[in-house]
Amino acid sequence: MNWNVLLDFSPLADNSDKLLSAFWANIRISVTVGILSLVLGTLITAMRVSPVRVLRVAGAFYVNTLRNTPLTLVLLFCSLGLSDTLKFRISHTPSINFFWLAVLGMSVYTAAFVAESLRAGINTVPMGQAEAARAIGLTFTQSLRMVIMPQAFRAVIAPLGSVMIAMIKNTTVVLVASYYEAASLMKDMFEQYGATLPIFIGFAVGFMCLTLPTGFFFNWLAKRMAVVR
Amino acid sequence: MTDGKEAREAEVSGGGPLVVLENVNKFYGDHHVLKDIDLTIHRGEVVVVIGPSGGGKSTLCRTINRLEPIDGGTIRIDGKPLPEEGKALAQLRADVGMVFQSFNLFAHKTILQNVTLGPIKVRKADKTEAEQRAMELLERVGIASQAEKYPAQLSGGQQQRAAIARALAMRPKVMLFDEPTSALDPEMVKEVLDVMINLAAEGMTMVVVTHEMGFARASANKVVFMADGQIVEENTPGEFFTNARSDRAKDFLSKILTH
Repeated sequence: MNWNVLLDFSPLADNSDKLLSAFWANIRISVTVGILSLVLGTLITAMRVSPVRVLRVAGAFYVNTLRNTPLTLVLLFCSLGLSDTLKFRISHTPSINFFWLAVLGMSVYTAAFVAESLRAGINTVPMGQAEAARAIGLTFTQSLRMVIMPQAFRAVIAPLGSVMIAMIKNTTVVLVASYYEAASLMKDMFEQYGATLPIFIGFAVGFMCLTLPTGFFFNWLAKRMAVVR
Repeated sequence: MTDGKEAREAEVSGGGPLVVLENVNKFYGDHHVLKDIDLTIHRGEVVVVIGPSGGGKSTLCRTINRLEPIDGGTIRIDGKPLPEEGKALAQLRADVGMVFQSFNLFAHKTILQNVTLGPIKVRKADKTEAEQRAMELLERVGIASQAEKYPAQLSGGQQQRAAIARALAMRPKVMLFDEPTSALDPEMVKEVLDVMINLAAEGMTMVVVTHEMGFARASANKVVFMADGQIVEENTPGEFFTNARSDRAKDFLSKILTH
């Protein structure tokens, strides 16, 4: 057995600049998807609790469809379906085009999970809060925005952290949407050096550098922002 | 206190009807919770609604600002029928103050923010002016020093007084109190009742669902006795407590007044 290959970390060191730029791609996708999925997920949740039946049904349909479709399919639909077949191009530069298509696919997918977490959060807000909001003359949208949602968000910061961690790890799937990031680089390095243990470890540690702080941050935020009743 | 009440009685006779319920009916499924309710509340009048639990008192109170929609009849406030839903209903609710049994202060906002939210967002008041007025109201209910705290940091009595200030900040035409002291420790009941007694003395139109007979005696112009979804008796407090007309009311009073 060739132990040298198993313990040889030099491929990682030799490609450190590529590694950094590849992980930078994951970070850019994660941050963009994080913001967009929170916004979209909040809108979907608002639809699901709205007094208008059509909106409620549409919201439920959205969540059930996206949550139960594999991410790979969603992303393939964005890259092959939207871009190649339907010629829907966000930009003429391929790298920018595929970045935004990947972001689009991941955001609509992650938003379904954000929406489910938030709906659970709304269920933790006592009925009396909504009644008091209506009683002082706030409209439905105002009550939701100023009284219900802020409390719902605070209740689900920690679970939202889990959604975000899953989302960061899911960025490895965007290689099916033709966008180059860490997982794509790992695949290339396997072809060049063989699938060695150090390369696995290197990429695993790379992802933990992104996900562990995310988890700590959301847990800290959850404690800090908790609503005392 | 009594002087205030007498002065108000003179006023009340001059004030026109403010809240008028006509033939109001409500069902929860098969359960008929409000049966043909007719009730008129005049400007400046303090109406106390008493009766056994499950008799429809709270439901009646909550129909007046349509937290509970009704299935039949009409409710008019200041001559206008209650709007169905949407902006018009929100506007109307802004004119009707409500105080809940469980306070329902916004848990993520400070006491001051609780009181200023409505004036700023609904009445479009200037923030500084709203805060100034909120502090005056908090001063009036005796908790100005708690303004920067969150609801969970206050005692029940303080929370309920803050909730009264929040409702008053909207300058309501009428105040609804849905069992405001039922969730309080006994030693905190008085501080809340004192605020309500003062409010009544200042001429506020009030509908109060309560078990506090002392408050009814001190401040009410009219006592409405409800049982099984019906108004069984409408009377002056003096008459009602000493010489109730209906047997149902006599039975109820004998159970609560003998202890």
